[in-house]
Amino acid sequence: MSKDKLTESSLGIVETQYFTFAQAPNEMVLKSGIKLGPITIAYETYGTLNADKSNAILIFHALTGDAHAAGFHKDAKKPGWWNGMIGPGKSFDTDKYFFISSNCLGSCKGSTGPASINPATGKPYGLSFPVITIEDMVIAQRELIKHLGISKLLSVAGGSMGGLQALQWAIMYPQMIKSVIAVATNHRHTAQQIALHEVCRQAIMSDPDWLGGDYYGKTLPARGMALSRMIGHITYMSEKSMDEKFGRKLIGKEKVGYDFSTDFEVENYLKYRGDSFVQRFDANSYLYLTKALDYFDLAEDKDLTTVFKNTTSNFLVIAFTSDWLYPAYQAKEFVKALKLGGLDVSYVEINTNYGHDAFLVEIESQSHLVKHFLARMEKESDRDFDI
Amino acid sequence: MPPILTDSRIRLDYRVITDLIKPQSRVLDLGCGDGELLALLIKNKSCKCTGIEIDEKAIYECIAKGLTVSHSDIDSGLNEYADKRFDYVILNESLQQMINPQKAILEALRVGKKVVVGIPNFCHIQARFQIFFHGRVPVTKELPYEWYDTPNLRFFSLKDFKIFCKANSIKICEERAIDATKEVSFLPNLFAHIGIFVLEK
Repeated sequence: MSKDKLTESSLGIVETQYFTFAQAPNEMVLKSGIKLGPITIAYETYGTLNADKSNAILIFHALTGDAHAAGFHKDAKKPGWWNGMIGPGKSFDTDKYFFISSNCLGSCKGSTGPASINPATGKPYGLSFPVITIEDMVIAQRELIKHLGISKLLSVAGGSMGGLQALQWAIMYPQMIKSVIAVATNHRHTAQQIALHEVCRQAIMSDPDWLGGDYYGKTLPARGMALSRMIGHITYMSEKSMDEKFGRKLIGKEKVGYDFSTDFEVENYLKYRGDSFVQRFDANSYLYLTKALDYFDLAEDKDLTTVFKNTTSNFLVIAFTSDWLYPAYQAKEFVKALKLGGLDVSYVEINTNYGHDAFLVEIESQSHLVKHFLARMEKESDRDFDI
Repeated sequence: MPPILTDSRIRLDYRVITDLIKPQSRVLDLGCGDGELLALLIKNKSCKCTGIEIDEKAIYECIAKGLTVSHSDIDSGLNEYADKRFDYVILNESLQQMINPQKAILEALRVGKKVVVGIPNFCHIQARFQIFFHGRVPVTKELPYEWYDTPNLRFFSLKDFKIFCKANSIKICEERAIDATKEVSFLPNLFAHIGIFVLEK
């Protein structure tokens, strides 16, 4: 793509905005029963809300993402995390639709989380921050949508943790959403996913610098965070994509060293990813968000079909063949429940080697699906669709 | 004659199937390919349609046509629907490539009130001629595959299919037969390339 084309199809400079609610005495009651407030949600918007407010789409980020989904921040070299998908003329077309992308509750990218200052103490919450759930994130997002004066969303869309939120929206506010785009996601965290998260959490909590979560203004728990991120990165790739990218290539040497210095390129890559992580993400936030994911189970002890009984949305569900963190067969489980409930569901399994990361990488195929799906939603937006 | 039947730009089997399906029906097409038949049913019969297709490229074409489709094989795709969810389930040009066609038809009859089946006739006169006079397994315009590259696993005639239906207590509500250009009513098991049946159980 030429440089002109890139500039032309980009949103240009965008800015993060902030919305604060749940001031005392109207704090938000979390799923745990604990009250939290005030709550600030960082968000960005792209495109223009039309006169009848029928073109709004809510975008959700993944675990360590932020509200900055598209365009460029001032003086930034890298665009938002879904810039390939969102922009003028792109599948999430900012010439047609109005996008809201918010940072989730509990994160550290502008929304209230454990690194935020607790107004009661004037110090960061740390571990005194209440444990939050995906439901709590969705309730906070709904407050933002209300604040923006929007009563119905054309679509809610996200991958990975963002996909969980999209499904949660379909259950909690079915009357508010016309459609759901759920990518590389599932309806409940499995034992393997919980296990991987627990290893990540233990890596952070066993770092002596973590100090029971009270490390703010002191040395950051960099080793724990690095280890945790290294594990994370392994789960985001596939065996094949790792082998293609690194193979058994050595780093800076002709022969293996017969010692414990870095031999292989893959080791070097993981260390780099790990080391840079502590600079950009809060360790406590990582603990809270992974916990929220692990608590996620739409059905709990109910039949999944009955969970969606009030849902009327149309669904586009996308999975990736080499994703072993959120495998396609797990997506098929909730697709089956949706279909048995008589809902309109399109399901596509994209053949790719990129593993879970594919939802950020496989732009062309996802763009095609999203573009045509949204066009149908727009056309049918006043008609009750049932099959 | 309904106008859909005379539109020669459209594949004849699609025209006949579209003609057979009642307006405003709920339709599931098993192995819907690029979704052309479903698009015809939406346009001409205002049907509520969905499809199941295994080929990823074909799925993209379906989505581009604004269809609701599931990327799946027919076996696992069918068990995702409740009993009698559809007015019609279509199995066109796919039965001959199935490992377990009997199971597929019975499952289709579970989720559909009616099942429309389109099958190639392996006992067309040209095929019989090649076997009898040349002593070779037939390769014709309608059955274009050599024995070593055919996707077909099941070789049967219109008559075989009717015997199968009887043995499985499946009622044939309607039957049509076509050759390359027109409907065939005289000795279809000899002169038709394709048989199209509407089944009920």
